[in-house]
Amino acid sequence: MDAVTQKVRLATVWLGGCSGCHMSFLDLDEWLFEVAKFADIVFSPVASDIKDYPENVDVCLVEGAVANEENLELLLKVRSRTRILASFGDCAVTANVPAMRNMLGTAEPVLRRCYLELSDGVSHKLPDEPGIVPPLLDRVLPVHEVVSVDLFIPGCPPSAPRIQAAIEPLLHGNTPLMEGREMIKFG
Amino acid sequence: MSVITLTIDGQAIAIEEGATLLEAAQEVGAAIPTLCHLKGLSPVGACRLCVVEVEGIPKLLPACVTAAAEGMVVHTNTDNLQDYRRTIVELFFAEGNHVCAVCVANNNCELQDAAISTGMTHVTYPYQYPQREVDVSHPQFGLDRNRCILCTRCVRACDELEGAHVWDIAYRGEHAKLIAGLDQPWGTVDACTSCGKCVDACPTGAIFRRGATVAEMERDRAKLEFLAQAREEQQWTR
Repeated sequence: MDAVTQKVRLATVWLGGCSGCHMSFLDLDEWLFEVAKFADIVFSPVASDIKDYPENVDVCLVEGAVANEENLELLLKVRSRTRILASFGDCAVTANVPAMRNMLGTAEPVLRRCYLELSDGVSHKLPDEPGIVPPLLDRVLPVHEVVSVDLFIPGCPPSAPRIQAAIEPLLHGNTPLMEGREMIKFG
Repeated sequence: MSVITLTIDGQAIAIEEGATLLEAAQEVGAAIPTLCHLKGLSPVGACRLCVVEVEGIPKLLPACVTAAAEGMVVHTNTDNLQDYRRTIVELFFAEGNHVCAVCVANNNCELQDAAISTGMTHVTYPYQYPQREVDVSHPQFGLDRNRCILCTRCVRACDELEGAHVWDIAYRGEHAKLIAGLDQPWGTVDACTSCGKCVDACPTGAIFRRGATVAEMERDRAKLEFLAQAREEQQWTR
């Protein structure tokens, strides 16, 4: 809670996912005004220009699986600076489609498959830009296999009504009830 | 036919001897989740989702293959049972490669329904990501073993209703897999009549009609029950 504004400090982050969950968040439409009434959005790829994840965040929605070193670094920072961390959507909750590469084993055969075997171009090489392109992790992981998670919001993507039902209680210091088809169906 | 009496979730019930606990529970309206069970096929107790507590018996019993007995006191929906059932569903998800978002059976899947009814918000076991084969050698149907939970509904439907016995489970433990014929491509199995009963029986998207894409799966489960009953009762129209 912000000491001056008395608002919940809300963040959203985007790891290994398609941003569909964030698009669904924007589908909250006019209810976003309600969010703004009770929360300051302190970090978000769709609602903030802040580049560094701040301290003392009350609630963070984490979209996406943990697929590369950048995802991992950001997630660890998010966990250490956030009170309530929510796995937001199927990729965060189950690793979902990004994890389908796990069936190929480690990162190397995946890169070889994509950049060498299936390449149409002439300059066959694996991406290698240290400090710019983050290396893939050998295994794509759901968020809760890396850090502790306080709330799970499944769905691909979770619908706007489901997102609203999940975060409305959080804005008022309560815990949402996650049960039944409307709230926890995967896919 | 003699009748026995027992208690299910506090309700007294009288039922014909030989009935299973699952049938008795359905009589009193107790909703026991099932996956491998399909009315019209012989029960096998493969999935263990229907486990119940019977007072005086220290272990959980699968309701679909346990005969109701005189004086039994049965509980079908305790917190303990819900925990076990959710664990079972989580293990199904962790063991295979179930990706609802890109599955033909999304929104029409009994494994997905079981996850909802047991309150599974996430899988607490590490996913195994096994390497499993897809078979699209049949001209009409496909088999994606990534989505197979080894319930054997297809095995039983093909054997007991169609009489073709195309399907079997081969190997054991984590290597267990559904095979067609003598572990050959489905499309090369002469015994297959292409009747589609296995498609209607499959609880997930493992066996599907080719050409159907994400969330387009439709099945006619009632057909299997009708076929089984038709033989018993000699009524051939639906």
